[in-house]
Order: sequence, then structure tokens, then C-alpha cells
Amino acid sequence: MDGMRTSTPTASPLPAAASFHVQQRLGRPARAGSVVELVGNTPLVRLGRIDKQTPGVEIWAKCEFANPGGSVKDRAALRIIQDALARGDLRPGVRLLDSTSGNTGIAYSLIGSALGIPISLVMPSNVSNPRKQVTAAFGTELIFSDPMEGSDGAIVHARELVDLHPERYYYPNQYANDSNWRAHFDGTGPEILAQTQGRVTHFVTGIGTSGTVMGTSRFLHQHDRRIRCIGIQPDDAMHGLEGLKHIPSSLVPPIYDESVLDDMIWMPTDEGWDMSERLAEEEGLFVGHSAGGNVAGALRVAKELSGRGEGGVVVTVLCDRGDRYFAPLKWEKHYVW
Amino acid sequence: MATVRIPTPLRKYTAGAEEVSISGSTVGAVLESLEAAHPGIRERICDDKGAVRRFVNIFVGEEDIRFLDNLQTAVKDDDEVSIVPAIAGGMR
Repeated sequence: MDGMRTSTPTASPLPAAASFHVQQRLGRPARAGSVVELVGNTPLVRLGRIDKQTPGVEIWAKCEFANPGGSVKDRAALRIIQDALARGDLRPGVRLLDSTSGNTGIAYSLIGSALGIPISLVMPSNVSNPRKQVTAAFGTELIFSDPMEGSDGAIVHARELVDLHPERYYYPNQYANDSNWRAHFDGTGPEILAQTQGRVTHFVTGIGTSGTVMGTSRFLHQHDRRIRCIGIQPDDAMHGLEGLKHIPSSLVPPIYDESVLDDMIWMPTDEGWDMSERLAEEEGLFVGHSAGGNVAGALRVAKELSGRGEGGVVVTVLCDRGDRYFAPLKWEKHYVW
Repeated sequence: MATVRIPTPLRKYTAGAEEVSISGSTVGAVLESLEAAHPGIRERICDDKGAVRRFVNIFVGEEDIRFLDNLQTAVKDDDEVSIVPAIAGGMR
């Protein structure tokens, strides 16, 4: 237990599973041939002020906002595109079309631009203006669906378009695409194991497409079945944790397999929102509401462990930055001084 | 009576109806009538103190009531009141 109470992750030796190759991949290149090489290998940061509340239990968070597109979604989008190119599903004359509530769209747009692949996105018209603008800035075609129908309405509309023009579109469907969770099985999971020197005891994160929690949990369980992997869902269908899914009232993502998870946390919107504010004020981390929900969930787990007098290393995910949710600042292309 | 547009996650309270006709001269009164007709729905829209939850937006016509008079915003008989989740999260 003493090892778990150590505050620096360098205190214990690397486990065998955190192989030399993983360590090699952990460094972000100081120079890259393309922006896509900067996806993944994100830093792990200690939430040292928040985990003062939970003596003996450390809370660490993956800084997924450090991806070039600003969110965890870069990982899945890159892997989805790489795998589709390898299979020949994406070929000249074919556009990638998917439904997205925002971050995946930005990720597709950035990677599509870098690799020369045209992108079309269906999104509910009530997603924030900055994200409509940032995807359009990459040259992406935007198609809007009914705001009253939410992200499921966008999925339905995307499917209709693909059925109508199968020769025009490749529809990766992030909710059903194994490349989504594999990006985390091969990336996020090994990175967490190596960055904690194998000390991770709990992985806690929210469920959107479920790619992050499925892939990372499968990897961590394969390494050590005792690592507890816990999902987070909004506590109600009517919620404000953007990016997270309330599965009982949703179309269940085909890649989601509840049996992978050891437990579930039902997160009230207010608890997640309040934690987002706390992270900015206490840790210098200005993150979005899903990240707030994730840390609130991690703190619940840490409190429970600490309350029982147990140690632990709880890892969660900071999905994106808070400024992504600001009201739009108009981007002036022509400055007048 | 005003027409109230119900978002998907709240339609379990309205037997699946996307729109309901509700009387009330202000948004607050409309929500009270809505609760009377569809018990349980108001708690999803408003917090314990009766204020509209931070992640719920209510529009009268095209205008967000936060930029009007909040729950005191006047509602006319032919108005459309929309309850819109602030985000586009998963829902069926």
C-alpha cells in the first residue's frame, strides 16, 4: 500500500507490460512530418489539490485536450480513417460522412484536411457555434439535423444520406466502428499503464460512443484483471454533460459492452459542471463539462477508497478544453487597425 | 393556449407527444400547467428552488427566456414555447 501513497510516479519500477516500446512511444515528437503524428501520447497530470481530500489515493488525468484537434476524439478519428484507407473504404471520389455532436467532427476535419480526405458532417443545429465554425474552417461540409432530436437524430439523418448516395459517402459510424475502441486499446490504455509505472488501480471515465472506456478498460483488464474500470453516465435522459450518453434512453452504441465494466456511476449534471469550475479554479485546468463529470466520478471513487483506508491510483480523462464551449468570438479574417 | 414543444428525453412524460397545448400567461404559469397535465416533468426542467436548470433552455418563439424576463416572460395564446436541452446528448 505504501507504493500507492507515493506522490511521484517514478517511485516504482516499470512493470514488464509497460514495455520498452511503449516507453519509446510515450514521448511526443518535438518535430513531426504531419500534424497527425501529434495525436495521442498525451500527458498525465496529477490532480494534487483535489486529491488532498482523499488521503492515500492519488487522482491523475489524461490531458486529451493536448491532442492537435483539442480533444480525445482525435485518437478515434485518426484510427478510423487509417483503417478505412487500409481497407479501401476511403478512396478518391468518396467523402467521409458521419454524425457528431462536435469534437469528433473537429477531429475528422483536421485529419481529413491533413491527409487530403473530404469530410461531410451531420450535427444537431444546436451544437455550439464555435464548433460549427471550426469544422467549416477546415473546409468540411456541414449538414444540420433537428435540435429536438439530439445526437440520435443526427445519426438517423446521416444514415438516410448514405442510403441515398452510397457511392458518394463512406459512413464510418463511430458508434459501431471497432477502430474507435481499438485506438484506446492500443493508445490510451498502454500510455496510462506506462505513465503510472503500472500503479493504476482504477480507471474511471464517461460513456459517449463508449470507445474510450471500452478500449482502455479492455487493455487494462488484459494487463491485470484487478484494475477496476468504471463507466460514468448522466443520471437522467435530460442532462447537460455534453458528449456523454444516458444509455437507458439512447440508441445503444453497438461497440458498447457493459460486461467490460466493473461498475457504473450515475452523474448529476450539476456535480459535473461544478467540478469543471473547480478544476479551473484549483488545478489550472479549464476543461469541458464531460471532463468535469469524469473528475467528479474519479473523486467519488477516490473518496470511497480513502474512506475505507485503502490506497489507490485513480486515472480519468480530461476530454477537452472549456473554451470550446464559449459563446462564439467572431473570427475576423480581415483586421482593421 | 400556447403550444409547448417537448424534447425527446421528456416525451416519456407526455405519452410520446412532441407538442402539447398548455394554457398560461407566463412561462412560469405554462410550466405549472404542464406539471399538472404531465406530473413529474417540471422537476426535469426546474431545480428545487423552481429556477430553470442551467442545462435547459426555454424559448418563446425564437427568443431565449434568459434574455427576456425568465419565468415571468409573457406567453400569448398563439406562442410556441420550446424546451431545448442545452446540449445534443444521446436520446431516443
